[in-house]
Amino acid sequence: MAEVFIHELEIIIGFLGPFLQAAIRSGTPLLFATIGEIYTERSGNINLGIEGLMLVGAVTGFMTSLWTGNPVLGVMLGAIGGGIVSLIHAFLTVTLNVNHIVSGLALVFFGTGVSAVLGTPLIGKIAPHFDEIRLGFLSDIPLIGKVFFQHNSLVYFSYIFVPLSWYFLYKTRTGLYIRTVGENPQTADTVGLNVAKIRYASIFAGGMMMGLGGAYLSLAYTPMWIENMVAGRGWVAIALVIFSMWNPMVAIFGAYLFGGMDALGFALQARGVQVSTHLLGMLPYLFTIFLLAGSMWRMRKKSMGLSISMGPSALGKPFSKEQKS
Amino acid sequence: MITHLKKLFVISIVTVLVLMPFTQLNAGDMAAPGKPGDVKAAFVLVGPVGDGGWSYMHNESRLALKKLPYVKKTAFIESVPEGESERVIMEFARKGFNLIFTTSYGYADPTLNVARRFPNVVFEHCSGFLTSENMGNYFGRSHDAMFLAGMAAGEMTETNILGIVAAHPIPEVIRNVNAWALGAQSVNPDVKVHVVWTNSWFDPPREREGAESLVAIGADVLGQDQDSPAVQQVAQRNGLYSVGYNSDMTKFAPKAHLVSAVWDWSPIVNQIAEDLHNGVWKPEAIWPGLESGVVGLSPFGKMVTEDVIAKIEAKKQEIIDGKFVVFGGELKDQDGNIVVPAGVVPTDDELLSQYYLVKGVVGSLPGGEVRYQ
Repeated sequence: MAEVFIHELEIIIGFLGPFLQAAIRSGTPLLFATIGEIYTERSGNINLGIEGLMLVGAVTGFMTSLWTGNPVLGVMLGAIGGGIVSLIHAFLTVTLNVNHIVSGLALVFFGTGVSAVLGTPLIGKIAPHFDEIRLGFLSDIPLIGKVFFQHNSLVYFSYIFVPLSWYFLYKTRTGLYIRTVGENPQTADTVGLNVAKIRYASIFAGGMMMGLGGAYLSLAYTPMWIENMVAGRGWVAIALVIFSMWNPMVAIFGAYLFGGMDALGFALQARGVQVSTHLLGMLPYLFTIFLLAGSMWRMRKKSMGLSISMGPSALGKPFSKEQKS
Repeated sequence: MITHLKKLFVISIVTVLVLMPFTQLNAGDMAAPGKPGDVKAAFVLVGPVGDGGWSYMHNESRLALKKLPYVKKTAFIESVPEGESERVIMEFARKGFNLIFTTSYGYADPTLNVARRFPNVVFEHCSGFLTSENMGNYFGRSHDAMFLAGMAAGEMTETNILGIVAAHPIPEVIRNVNAWALGAQSVNPDVKVHVVWTNSWFDPPREREGAESLVAIGADVLGQDQDSPAVQQVAQRNGLYSVGYNSDMTKFAPKAHLVSAVWDWSPIVNQIAEDLHNGVWKPEAIWPGLESGVVGLSPFGKMVTEDVIAKIEAKKQEIIDGKFVVFGGELKDQDGNIVVPAGVVPTDDELLSQYYLVKGVVGSLPGGEVRYQ
């Protein structure tokens, strides 16, 4: 009797382990990009250029690692690359008050083109990259070890980075400034905050995180450079920002759920179970739509309710000191 | 005044940003009408030339074509969406190119439309079936090469579980999956082939996760009908073996890579150009196999023994000589129904609409009723 039970338990763990591990592995690049966009949007700016910035991060990260032989340096430069390119968006939207959507979309084209040009000599090259690292006894815990502690070091980094990014945004003075600027730039200006400076900084930091997400792809997840290798993950991150209600901690669940849906589809397919992969892939998007509808419904009922889940109030609105709104 | 300048500045920056990626366009100058017999060839590509797979191999054939003495000029445009292809194809025809290759299934109708308007230009469409007075089509029997690659997988497996990551469940890919499985079974009747569909030609992270799910169920040789080498990397990382597709993928996984089923469009493309040069070009549907070199195998990895290579080479010769047909009867589907009776050789039309998985393949096709033409 007990033997049967243990056997069944083994089957369940054999299924869940690799599947949940895959959810984290494939959710991590989304997580970095999503938090980058959360920082950007919390300051009142929409940056739709994530796809392009991730590609820039992927190509600069890979290039650096190839030339210097140091993948850590690669990740850093990938992030800085994403940050620098995002400054184009900052200049256009913050300084020149260009429509955020237009500027962001232009950045996607720009990032795709630039990464393709820079990456042409890199195709087919092998660069030093991050391999799976085991964390001693932690990795040997049944199920938990497989799911959480058999990953590359960038995943471990995300375990520390994500809570810190939440703490910074919600528990520090600077985080408060960022959120204030996103909610009410006029007030922020009145109390002496430099709105433009804070938005520049948030966009730059956000761009760095998107670049980091891209470098994760080319240096850890599928360690190589291939044109357009981000393959749409930048757009998924935009949906995840709404899903997570602009909160880095909630973004964890969104990103892992997204990653997990893919992994679940494959885990079932590999066992010969009939399943519509299109349907499974659709679920997280459906979730986002329901969530949006739900929060709108709540707002409608309250009529004057707080727009907590609907993002920063000044999101996407231009701000210049001379104007009174 | 200042605001005007500002606006102008903004507009120019946005324009530059948007136009930036298109600067890669390599359409060349206006071509002057040349001597009879000169060939000016243009390629319309669906993906980036740097995809390392499908479009990359088409561009390789362009580079080889360039070396022929009577080819005066070549050009290409990459990443052309199927919906916009008609405009791009027409542009090439207007610019005086007299041989235009369109290399994606979805370019079929746009190519035909432009072909009607430019009767003096020759059009060649890859992977379709349409022909007209000045339009031919070409493709290759990749399933023959996949059968041979599958033999290597069947020889090397110890768990008798193989896994293949496949793109879209359409006949072109289904034939490759089936042929790979039949090849493995021909040397190892106990082998099971698990298939996962990614619903994407090119998405390295998804391809990786598909491969990981196959590793999790105990597959020890991984195959693929995908455009990136992500599957090869998974095999190498897990100490398993792998079989590649499209181009030689050795460098991505030297310890894992057994062999790849590869494309080489040059024989067809060069022949078409030569026919045009000699004034003997005819609109044909060209679907050659191993004998032409259009499809074939990459060099084998060191772990593949001489015996196995000899066996595979012998089978290759049998296929070339017509003594062996990959999908020859008797062939059973997953449920054991006979789909090709004993002694029967399926017609090309039957192959082009193949929509079943053969016995021994674990996996499913969406909506069994759907037929893809």
